[in-house]
Amino acid sequence: MSHAATGTITRVEGQQHPIKLYLVVWGWLFVLSTCSYLIDYFGLQGYLRWSLILLFMMVKAYLIVAIFMHMAWERLTLIYAILLPPVAVLVFVGIMVFEANYTFFTRVYFFAMGS
Amino acid sequence: MADAATTTTTTTTSSSGHTVASRQGWDSFAEEWASDQTAFKTASWGKVMMWIFLLSDTFIFSCFLLSYMTVRMSTTIPWPNPSEVFALELGGKPVPLILIAIMTFILISSSGTMAMAVNYGYRRDRKKTVALMLATAAFGASFVGMQAFEWTKLIREGVRPWGNPWGADQFGSCFFMITGFHGTHVSIGVIFLLIIARKVFRGDFDVERPGFFTSRKGRYENVEIMGLYWHFVDLVWVFIFALFYLW
Repeated sequence: MSHAATGTITRVEGQQHPIKLYLVVWGWLFVLSTCSYLIDYFGLQGYLRWSLILLFMMVKAYLIVAIFMHMAWERLTLIYAILLPPVAVLVFVGIMVFEANYTFFTRVYFFAMGS
Repeated sequence: MADAATTTTTTTTSSSGHTVASRQGWDSFAEEWASDQTAFKTASWGKVMMWIFLLSDTFIFSCFLLSYMTVRMSTTIPWPNPSEVFALELGGKPVPLILIAIMTFILISSSGTMAMAVNYGYRRDRKKTVALMLATAAFGASFVGMQAFEWTKLIREGVRPWGNPWGADQFGSCFFMITGFHGTHVSIGVIFLLIIARKVFRGDFDVERPGFFTSRKGRYENVEIMGLYWHFVDLVWVFIFALFYLW
């Protein structure tokens, strides 16, 4: 009982948060999805379109992972073990952008120019 | 006990029963990986395994979306405009992407009901947990139904994995592969939901009835683990919606 003498014991049984938190996140996800849809509805184009799509996508993903999946309350070790590996995918994206540009270039060079 | 508030140590009991006085922040990270025992000390076995499964699933979906990006960037023929391809006639005029938007809202709603089901599960409110899980399953089933409608419509219009009437041939294979794999995940999720909902209804988690395959004690955490899978399906849709339908 040494802990009881020195401080408070917090025994956590599962995740317990007020229902209101989930309703608020739900509401935000609705708003963000509507914004995503409106990008297409109003036909925004170019860099404005792409950056807004990615922005809303990341915020929605963050809300789902952090609140709905309770990642915000997990151990730091688990957070890093799960969230760091997908960052490697970005390297893969970089490689494939390079590769796709090369393929596009060879197609234009050899097919479109009718050599 | 006036000093109790000032010298607070967070003490939690891990799944194996050890009491762990945990450090915070980076210290906890370093301590745990260097501890020569178990990492993820207070997280349960089942939860960690579900997270690791979801991580592997993340890589699968990443590969699909990456190959989609690669073929779309490398084709010399224009990509079909998703805004027009997925438009529906409503009241005599085409509304862009409307079915996909409805599907998005349905999936988000199902995530909301699932999150609340997990919450009521931990409060041992069986009735509300079951009701919310069944609502989640119903949302999921209607999502799959709409996807079947969408597939039928596109196949009738001549979309095939090897070609389509509007542009680059790769559109069809990307569409069927990505949405098909996601739809399969939703369908499996609905079955998973019904199985766990039945267990909650029967009160399995109140009496810690062992699982059929695992023989492990049933706990309300199983609802949360089920929820992780469901939220992941929603999460994947967020990326598909943004990168495939909106881009």
